[in-house]
Amino acid sequence: MSEIIKVGIADLKTCVSPDGVMTLGLGSCVGIAIRDPMTKIGGLVHIMLPDSKAISVGQHNLAKFADTGIEELVRQMERMGARRIRMVAKIAGGATMFSFQGGGSSSVGQVGDRNAEAARAKLKELKIPILAQDTGANYGRTVVFYPETGAYHIRAVGKPEKII
Amino acid sequence: MRMKDKILEQVTENYYDILKELGNIGAGNAMTALSQMLQCKVDMKVPQVRLLEFSEVGDLVGGEEQVMVAVFLGVEGDVTGSMMFMLKEQSARHLIRKITAGMLPEGTEFEEMGLSAMQEVGNIITGAYLNSLSTMTSLTIFPSPPALTIDMAGAILSVPAIQFGIYGDKILLIQSQFYDEVELDGYFILIPDLESYEKILAALGIQ
Repeated sequence: MSEIIKVGIADLKTCVSPDGVMTLGLGSCVGIAIRDPMTKIGGLVHIMLPDSKAISVGQHNLAKFADTGIEELVRQMERMGARRIRMVAKIAGGATMFSFQGGGSSSVGQVGDRNAEAARAKLKELKIPILAQDTGANYGRTVVFYPETGAYHIRAVGKPEKII
Repeated sequence: MRMKDKILEQVTENYYDILKELGNIGAGNAMTALSQMLQCKVDMKVPQVRLLEFSEVGDLVGGEEQVMVAVFLGVEGDVTGSMMFMLKEQSARHLIRKITAGMLPEGTEFEEMGLSAMQEVGNIITGAYLNSLSTMTSLTIFPSPPALTIDMAGAILSVPAIQFGIYGDKILLIQSQFYDEVELDGYFILIPDLESYEKILAALGIQ
């Protein structure tokens, strides 16, 4: 029996086929799914913010940021036997949920776009190609990733399921 | 330990009751405004103030995929930041039916009229809430016009979570249950900037 492992917000999980990984209700956060097609090892990281370096010390949760989250996911997959050179990625999320988003000095307007951009930049740096992406727009997404096939299922309210 | 963490920790340890009271009065004011709008009595339970891990928030509101209606607005003045009010979709539908006095058909989609009614409800509720906060603290607080969305709770909550996330791994949520004929679950999330947190606590004479 295969199992679908749930990934929380600012969280990451790995799995091996036939298991899958999922995260519910991605808003401005981004879900980065990576797999090694040879070993069928896969994983998903649900990041909230683009850059760990932009934030002062004391942040211990690596999965919270695009840069450290992707690095940590890759590291964990490598430890399981996946090879970076074979890894491929798909990304989803990074929506702008409200036309107005955030006020005051901690404004996080466009954080969805910045999250998606940071994920793309980190994957490029690690030389992991992005095979498909569904980012931006103004709605939430639930995603399920199967490392067996690399299918990334995307559900949204009032929209048909999409597979990228 | 960083400042915001420290402030949030203090909130749990020492100022819980004060924030609860603040939430209570704010939500009470909001309900009074709502009952005037609906022209009927609206009862309310004592609001729950919770400091939650991000991962716990989804469960509290009935799962990350629970469809909710949310209004989100900016706050300017002495206190800066943002504020959110959210309601379960069923509750919002019930409110809209009341406000539009049955003129809105019981369809599955929110009609344009329903949405503008909901926006108005959001306006009134958040306005009343912020008003009482302003009165209690003698600080000026100006809300910006709210933006509205209908989506999965997880996706909606990512917005305040990200704002809290800049400082820590927790989110401060005020849950207020109110009812006319049916039970409605509403959630307030006030997201003051770091400096505003201190200002609010100082204005309340607790720092």
